Parts: sequence; structure tokens; C-alpha cells
Amino acid sequence: MTDLSDLYQQLIVDHNRAPRNFKKLAHPTREAEGANPLCGDQIKLEVELAGDRIADIGFQGSGCAISQASASLLTGAVQGKSTADAQELFRQVHAMLTSAPGTPVDTARLGKLAALAGVRQFPVRVKCASLPWHTLRAALESAAEPVSTE
Amino acid sequence: MTSVRHAPPSVPRPTFDVEQVRRDFPLLQTTVRGKPLVYLDNAATSQKPRSVIARTEQYYATENANVHRGVYELSERATAAYEDAREKARGFLNAASTREIVFVRGTTEAINLVASSFGRKELQAGDEVLVTAMEHHSNIVPWQLICAERGAVLRVAPMNKRGELLVEDFARLLSSKTKLVATAHVSNSLGTINPIAEIVRLAHAKGAAVLVDGAQAAPHGPVDVRALGVDFYTVSGHKMFGPTGIGLLYGTTERLEALPPYQGGGDMIKTVTFAKTTYAEPPAKFEAGTPNIAGAIGLGAAIDYLRGLDWEAVQAHERDLLTYATERLGALPEVELVGTAAHKASVVSFTVRGVHAHDVGTIVDQEGVAIRTGHHCTQPVMDFFGVPATARASFAFYNTRADVDALVSAVQKVTRVFAG
Repeated sequence: MTDLSDLYQQLIVDHNRAPRNFKKLAHPTREAEGANPLCGDQIKLEVELAGDRIADIGFQGSGCAISQASASLLTGAVQGKSTADAQELFRQVHAMLTSAPGTPVDTARLGKLAALAGVRQFPVRVKCASLPWHTLRAALESAAEPVSTE
Repeated sequence: MTSVRHAPPSVPRPTFDVEQVRRDFPLLQTTVRGKPLVYLDNAATSQKPRSVIARTEQYYATENANVHRGVYELSERATAAYEDAREKARGFLNAASTREIVFVRGTTEAINLVASSFGRKELQAGDEVLVTAMEHHSNIVPWQLICAERGAVLRVAPMNKRGELLVEDFARLLSSKTKLVATAHVSNSLGTINPIAEIVRLAHAKGAAVLVDGAQAAPHGPVDVRALGVDFYTVSGHKMFGPTGIGLLYGTTERLEALPPYQGGGDMIKTVTFAKTTYAEPPAKFEAGTPNIAGAIGLGAAIDYLRGLDWEAVQAHERDLLTYATERLGALPEVELVGTAAHKASVVSFTVRGVHAHDVGTIVDQEGVAIRTGHHCTQPVMDFFGVPATARASFAFYNTRADVDALVSAVQKVTRVFAG
């Protein structure tokens, strides 16, 4: 039996209602766009790198609560991190989102991002949570093409 | 049974027992997430009556052979059943002849067939194809492809904020350059019923052919292609309680005879030599390769089922469902209805304030309610209404007021989840 309250945790609902770092940067050095054709989720991520460090990050877009909350949580989690650490975080979140429901989550390392684990019970919604993360990776690797989950 | 509203007392009460009809559909007896299934995604695909399932099984168990080929008895039996299904389809659409009925995979293939064959023959640089603003992607993209190939121009007739075609603007967009008008009979995302007879009259006055996408109309009753006066009409079997992978293209004899073939292969030829091939007459000309025989026969069984219904009563029931769903959903303060045309099929698209349609879909699914959420393959319609997506409840004759009630309480749960 799936549990809605796992998916729409208070933290998710809160980040959807009041997304953090929902902004356009004045001097972005990297950016990428992502889209999820199934939901119509759209994300634009802008990153300002200072050397190898994410000095600032902002996102704009629209979409379902899961995608918007995931983007909001992402910006908080990678702010100030090195690009290598951000890439490592991408791998951990991706592994969490694609693991079987019930697989233990490393809350010590993932912190608030562990709230996204509830999506594992709703396979068609995993893409919504992972979209901002794929978009981040594209921004850091400066992929020229928009990211699509299809 | 759901009552028929406003029936004059002198008219005998139409006979439609929804509970009895529901028993014909095995899937409607199942549960989802521990709750009785409330299936409200009929515009995406419909459930199948037992007679369709049984007929398909019977074909494979007792009649399976290739058609139009073998001289043996079994092949004759398969061919007879396949051609019998064509006759049933002719009757359902009231076509003049079975020669006017081409079996295709579905509406998408039917439109691609006409776009390709009509486009290659009739479209020259500067010619125009006119569609409406409420088309499904399958009635946009094939025309974009052929227009790009032929140097033709795709024009779009606008609609108003209720989702109704602006007929005067449509008429103004028609000219001697317009070679074909392609329009939905019923909009899949808005439910709007378009004034086909008027569209045909205006288009024919300018010499344009008319293709009508009837995918969303056929599930709501038999169609009369001759009364409508259309040149081409398309339906999908799976939306009208038949199998997937089968559909119909109706074309007038005159039109079909003039079109070049779509795909080449077996069954569509008269004679083949390496120097020259001559083609079979319609409909065989457009049915290259082994067709979906079981699908066609299953569709024939679906048509038999539909013809056994009292359509006056069915349509009164569907109108009641539409009215009731519109009233109940419309009464929720957080709900906004998208598509409020005066003439609608039983489709209700809506948004929930502050909540994305996919979150609505996931939450109502937990209550066993299946609705479609997204852009419904009509991104231009979503752009027009300024929404990324809608939730859509689409009703078939086997739905009930209780289904509407289940949807409404599930939508109320959405608000509770997002209230935090």
C-alpha cells in the first residue's frame, strides 16, 4: 500500500508553496533547462561559479509540487559546494530515487533531501523529482541542449 | 439508474439501465488500491465489454488464418469475418459502401494516411491546410510534416475562451488556396462539439476537402458521415469499446479512388512486375500487408454492442453526467473548469488552484479514481488557456453519478493534502 503522506510530506508541500532560491541570477556562469514532457514540468537552473565553488544558484520554472520542491531543495543543498561535491550529491540523490521502496536512506548525508524518498512508491513520479538534478548536472557540464526526461 | 432529466411525460421512458450495462464490462468490477475502480479516463481509452473480449478469443480459437489469400476453408472463414466487420463499420458510420471503409491502426494512422496521400497529390507550394485551435497533436503534426514537404501553409482557426470555434474567423481563413480542412468532431481536452455540417458547407463552398477526426465522437453515438457531408472521417476502435490497434478511415469513393496509395506491400496490388505495378481498388489499396484481423473483428463486436443500446437514453444519461459533474466540480471554490462550450460531450477538464494537475492525478488515484492529467496531446490548447496542464474526467455511458461523487471527494482530498 502506497502512502500519500510519504510523497507529499510537509517539507515538500512547504517548498512547493514557498520555493527557495526561485530567482534569476544577475551574473550566471552556467545554466541549463530541463523539461518533463509527461507533466509539463519546466526548470531553468542558473549557477554562478566562483572558481570551482557554487557561489549562487537560482531556479525558475513551473510544474508539479514534486519537481518544484525538488528544485528548491536542490538549490539549498548545493549552495556553496564544490562542483565535485555537487556531482557526488547528484549521484546519491539519483541512487536514492531509483532504489526500491523501503531501501534505507542515508539521512545523515542527504539531510532534507531524504524527504524526496517517498517518490519511490510512485514510479511515474520519479522523473518529476529527478528532473532538477539532471538539469543541475547539465548546467555543471554545460550541456548545450535542453535536458529532457523522455 | 440515473434518471433522465426533463423527459416529457408523454414520451415513453427510454430504456437504459446503467447497472446492467456495467455488468457487461469485467474491468469495471475490479478494485484499485483497495477501492472500487472509478474509471473516468474514457477519452484516453475505453473499457471493453465481455462480448468484444469473447469475440476476439473466438477468432483466435476457431477462425485464425490470413485474409484474402488462402483458398482453404479456414482462410475463407477469417476473410468473411473480417469483411463482415467492415460492413458493421459501414453501418455505424452510415457510409454508402464498404469500399469507403479502410481499416487502419487508429485515428493517428488514418490522418497520416490522408496527409501523406492527399498531400502528395493535391498540395502545391502556397496551398493551405486549415485546422482548428483545439486539435489533438495527431491532427496537427501530420499536416505540419506534409506542408513542410510540399511548401504549403498550415493555418489555424481560433476559438473563444469557452473553447468554441469562432466560425466567422474560420470562414474568413478559407480561400481558394485552402485545399483541406482538418478538424476534430469533439475536442479531446475540452469536450467541445464542433459544428461539422456548417464547417463542411463553408469548406466545400471554397472547394476544400474536409477531414474530421471523430475519435472522441464515435464513443458517444453512431455517426452519419453522409449527413455530415465529410470527405474523410476517422475513428479509433479502442476509444469506442473495441480493441487497440484498429481504427477506421472513411473516405468517399470519389476521394479514395483519387488518392495514391499510402504504404506499398501485399494485398494492395492488382499486378506486380519489376517494370510496373498496378494497384487494387479501395479499400484494399490502402491496406498493405496483413491487417489487424482480430482487431477488426473485435471492433465489429464493439459496434454490435453499441448498436444494441438505446442511444436516445444513453445520450440523455451522458448529458446528465456532464451536467452533474459540471455543477459539482464547478461548486468547489478551488476548481476552475477549462472548456465550457455550449455544446459539449461528457468531458470535464479542470484545474485546482495552486496544485499542478499531476499532483491532482496522483492524489485522486489513491481513492481509486482514474483521470487523465497533463496536456492531453493538445499543448496549443493548454497554451491558449495559460495552464501547463489540466485534470480531465471523461465519461462513458457506463459511468454513474456515484463516479462523479467519488471524483469530487477525491478532489477535496487534494485540497486537504496541499493545505498542509
